[in-house]
Amino acid sequence: MLGRLDLHALQHGPVELVGIASMGFGLLAAVVALTYFKRWKWLWREWLTTVDPKKIGVMYLVVAGLMGLRGVIDAVMIRAQQATSVGVHHGFLSSDQFQQIFSAHGTIMIFFLAMGLMFGLINLILPLQLGSRDVAFPFLNATSFWLFASGMALINLSLVLGEFSAAGWLAYPPLSELRYSPGVGVDYWIWSLQIAGIGSLLSGINFFVTILKMRRPGMSLMRMPMFAWSVLGAMSLVIFAFPILTATLTMLALDRMLGMHFFTAEAGGNPMMYVNLIWAWGHPEVYILILPAFGVFSEIVTTYSRKRLFGYTSMVIAIWAIVILSFLVWLHHFFTMGAGSNVNAFFGVMTMVIAVPTGVKVFNWLFTMYRGRIKFSVPMMWFLGFIATFTVGGMAGVLMAVPPADFQLHNSLFLVAHFHTMIIGGVVFGYLAGIHYWFPKIFGFKLNERLGRYAFWCWLVGFLLAFIPLYILGIMGATRRLDHYDPSQGWQGLFIVAGVGVAVIMAGIGFLLLQILVSVRDRHHNIDVSGDPWKGRTLEWSTSSPAPVYNFALMPEVTSRDAWWTMKHAKQPAGPIEYQPIVMPKNSYMPLLIAGFSFIAGFALIWHIYWLAPLAVLGVIFAVIIRATDEKTEYKISAAQVRKIEEGLVA
Amino acid sequence: MKLNMRGKHKLGALAVLLLIIIGALAYYLTHHTIDVLSPTGIVAQKEKHLMIITTLLGLVVVIPVFILTGYIAWTYREGSKAAKYTPSWDHNFKLEFVWWALPLAIITILAIITWRSSHELDPFRQLSSNKQPINVQVIALQWKWLFIYPQQNIASVNLVQFPINTPVNFQITSDAPMNSFWIPRLGGQIYAMSGMSTQLHLMADQTGSFDGSSANISGRGFAGMRFSAKSTSQAEFDKWVSRVKQSANKLGFDQYATLSQPSENNQSAYYSQPATNLYDSVMLKYMVPGFRMGQPTGNLSGMVHNHAY
Repeated sequence: MLGRLDLHALQHGPVELVGIASMGFGLLAAVVALTYFKRWKWLWREWLTTVDPKKIGVMYLVVAGLMGLRGVIDAVMIRAQQATSVGVHHGFLSSDQFQQIFSAHGTIMIFFLAMGLMFGLINLILPLQLGSRDVAFPFLNATSFWLFASGMALINLSLVLGEFSAAGWLAYPPLSELRYSPGVGVDYWIWSLQIAGIGSLLSGINFFVTILKMRRPGMSLMRMPMFAWSVLGAMSLVIFAFPILTATLTMLALDRMLGMHFFTAEAGGNPMMYVNLIWAWGHPEVYILILPAFGVFSEIVTTYSRKRLFGYTSMVIAIWAIVILSFLVWLHHFFTMGAGSNVNAFFGVMTMVIAVPTGVKVFNWLFTMYRGRIKFSVPMMWFLGFIATFTVGGMAGVLMAVPPADFQLHNSLFLVAHFHTMIIGGVVFGYLAGIHYWFPKIFGFKLNERLGRYAFWCWLVGFLLAFIPLYILGIMGATRRLDHYDPSQGWQGLFIVAGVGVAVIMAGIGFLLLQILVSVRDRHHNIDVSGDPWKGRTLEWSTSSPAPVYNFALMPEVTSRDAWWTMKHAKQPAGPIEYQPIVMPKNSYMPLLIAGFSFIAGFALIWHIYWLAPLAVLGVIFAVIIRATDEKTEYKISAAQVRKIEEGLVA
Repeated sequence: MKLNMRGKHKLGALAVLLLIIIGALAYYLTHHTIDVLSPTGIVAQKEKHLMIITTLLGLVVVIPVFILTGYIAWTYREGSKAAKYTPSWDHNFKLEFVWWALPLAIITILAIITWRSSHELDPFRQLSSNKQPINVQVIALQWKWLFIYPQQNIASVNLVQFPINTPVNFQITSDAPMNSFWIPRLGGQIYAMSGMSTQLHLMADQTGSFDGSSANISGRGFAGMRFSAKSTSQAEFDKWVSRVKQSANKLGFDQYATLSQPSENNQSAYYSQPATNLYDSVMLKYMVPGFRMGQPTGNLSGMVHNHAY
C-alpha cells in the first residue's frame, strides 16, 4: 500500500532532528502568524494564486532565500566537520551524514538558491525593462514557479522522511545506482530535480518568447537593455540544456526503478555516458546562472557611473560567444576519464577560449566606468568585489583547462575553491547587487546602505578566508568530500581558517537579514516616491515603485538604447493624459494544483507507491485540460480605474 | 570626501588582513609539504612547470585588470572635480579591438601549450627510460586499493612499491564505484572505472614514501582509501618482492572474494601468488554478462586488452 514507506523512515540522529525541529518551528510560526493576523485570504488571493510576475518574482526570492539559509547551514556543518575530524577525533557527523550534507549543499545551492535568485530577478525586472505589461505566458510562469517550489518541498521532505542522496550533487553512477545506493536518497534527488527542472525549462521558453515577442515597438533587439540580452542568452541555454537533464534523470530513474542498465557498470551499461550527459547540461547550467548576473552588472555599472554602456555591440557578441562555447566544453569536467589526448586538448582549448569574451566584458565594464561619475553605492561595491574575485577564479579556471594541470588539480579542494569563487564571486555577488539595486522598484523603499556595506565587507573578507585555504589545501593534495583525515597531512590549520571564513560569511548573512529588518522598519523614511531613485537609464525606472499590476499605464515610447534616459532628457509635451482600459490575466489556483499533483507523483515514485503515482499524473493532466478549456482567463481594468490607481500613486 | 576617508580605513584594514594571510601562508609553505609543488617524479615535475607557465600567462591579463580597476574606480569617483566626464562616449573600435585581440593572443599561446602538453603528458603514454618498466595492475575496491604485480607474481593492499628511476606502468580498473587514482607528488590522477582499464605512467626520481588517495567519492569509506607509494632502490625493491613472495597469504579467487567485501581504513597487506588473470577477470565480470570470477578467461582476455583503447 505504501511501497517502501514505513516507520523506519522516521528514524533520525540528533543532527537531522535539529533540522526537522527548526523547519517545523518555522512552518508553525508562519501558520500562527497568518492566523493571528488573519492573513490566510490575503495569502491565497495575493500570492498563492497570483499570475503576476512581480509577485512570482518575490516568491522566488523568498524560497531562494530560505533554501540559501539551509544550504549555508550545510556549509557550516561541512566546515565544522573538516576542521575537527582529524586522527583520533571523528567529528560530529558520520561519513554517511557528511556525504548527505555536501550532496544537499550542492544541490540546494545550484537548483534552489542560484536558480531561484535568477528566475526571481528575471520575473521582477525583465517585463518592466522590455516595456511590457506581462510575460508571454503568465499562467505557465506561475506553473513554473510552483513546480520549482514543489521540487524544493520534496528535497526538504527528505530530511523528515527517509534520507537524502549521499552520492554528491551530480550523483555519478555507478555509485548512484541501486547496487551501491539502495535507499531512497538518490530517488529524492532525482525527483526533486526532475520536477524543478521541468519548471526551469518552461520558464526558459517563457522568457525567451517574452523577449522576442513582448518588447515595446521601437525597442529593436539592439536597443534592449544588456540585462535582457543576457537573459536571452541564458534562456537559450535553458532551452537546449534542460531537456538533457530531464532525459538523463529519467534514464537513471529507469535504472533504479525498472532494473534497466543505461548507466550501470555491468550488463552493457555505461556510467561514463551519464557523466558526459550530466555535464552536457551541467556546464551550460553554470553559464545559465552567470549570464544574467553579468547582465545585472551591466545595468549597475552604467547607472552608477552615469554613463552609457561601453561597447554594447561587443557585449552582445561576447554573450553569444559564451552561449555557443558553453556547449563545447563539458568534457573539461572529466579530463581524468582517460579520453585520448586529442579529445582532451580540444576541450581544453575550447574552455580557454571562453576566457576571451568574458575578459572583453570585464574591459567593457571598466571602460564604462572610465570618464564616468562613479557613485560607490552598495551594488557598485558588489561589482568591484566581483571583479576582484572573478578574475582570479577565472585564472584558476584557465589553469584547470590545461588537461595535464587538471590531472593534478581535479577533484581536489583547489577545484572546490575555483567553482565557489565563480559562483559566490560571480553569481551570488551579482544577484545580491541586483536585489539591492532593484529593491526599491520591487518593494517601494530603499535598503539601508550602511548595513549593506557591512554585509559586503563580511562577505568579501569571509570569502577570502574561507577559500584561499582551500586553494592551498588542494595543491597540498587534499581531495574534496573528505569526512576525515590524518593529522600527519598538516591540513587542519587551513581547515580551521576556512571555518573562520564561513563564520565571517555568516556575519555577512546576518547583516543582510538585519538590513532587511531595519529597512522595513524605516520604510517610511526610505520610501521611493520618484520611481527612479538611482537616476536609472532603462524602462523599469519610468514607472512607479512598486510598479502597478499592469506595469505601465501608458505604454512608453522607445526611440533609442537607455530608453528612459532619453525620455527623461527629452522635452515632454505636457497635455491631458488619456488612459485606456487594460486587460490582465486572472488569478488561478491551477498552477498550485498542478505542482501539488507533481509533488505527490514525485513522492509516490520515490517510495514506490505505484498506485498513487499514475493517479497523481492523471491529476496533472486533468488540471491542464480544465485550464485549457477555461475561456474566462482575463479581466479588464477600466480607464477610470487606471486613472484612479495612477492618481493614487502620484498623491 | 568623508566617505572616501572611511573607504581608505577599510582598505587599510583589508591590507593588514591580507598581510596576515600572506604571513600565515608563508609559514605554511615552509612547514608543510605542498605535494603538487614538490614533485618527486618526472611527470609531476612537468605538470608543475605547466601550471607555473599557465599562471604567469594568466597574470598578464589579471594584473592589468586589477590596476585598471583600481585606477579607474579612484579617478572617476563621484565628487572628483578634475576628472573628465563623457556620459555618451560608448564605443571605440581600436580599444575594443585591443581587448578582443590581447586575450585571444594569450589564449593562442596557451592553446599551443595545451595541445603539446596534452600529448606529451598523456597518462596512457609510456615514459622513455633505459630501464625495463614495472607493470602494476590496480583494482579499486570498497574501500582500499589492490596492487597486482603480474611479473613478480605478488600483490599488495594500500601500498605500492617500485624502484627509483624506473617507469611504472599502472593499469587501473575498479571493482567498486568509480574512484580516482592519485599520487600527487608523482603525477596527476586518472579514474578507476569498472569494466574499463585506464593507464597511468609514472616514474619517481627520489626515494621515499608518497601519499596516494582516491580523489573521487565512492561511498562510505572513501575518506580512508589512502595508500603509500614507496620508491626505493632496486636492491630494496627486490628484497621486498622476495619477502612478499614468501607470504603465507595467497590471493586466490576465494581470498579475493573476501578481500573485495566492503571494509574501511585498511592497513597495508601482502599476498603471494595472485590468481592468474585476476585483473582480467575483474574486468570481464563487468563486460561479459554471466561471467564468474575464477572461470577460465581463455580468449576473453584479448577482449579486455582491445577494449582498453
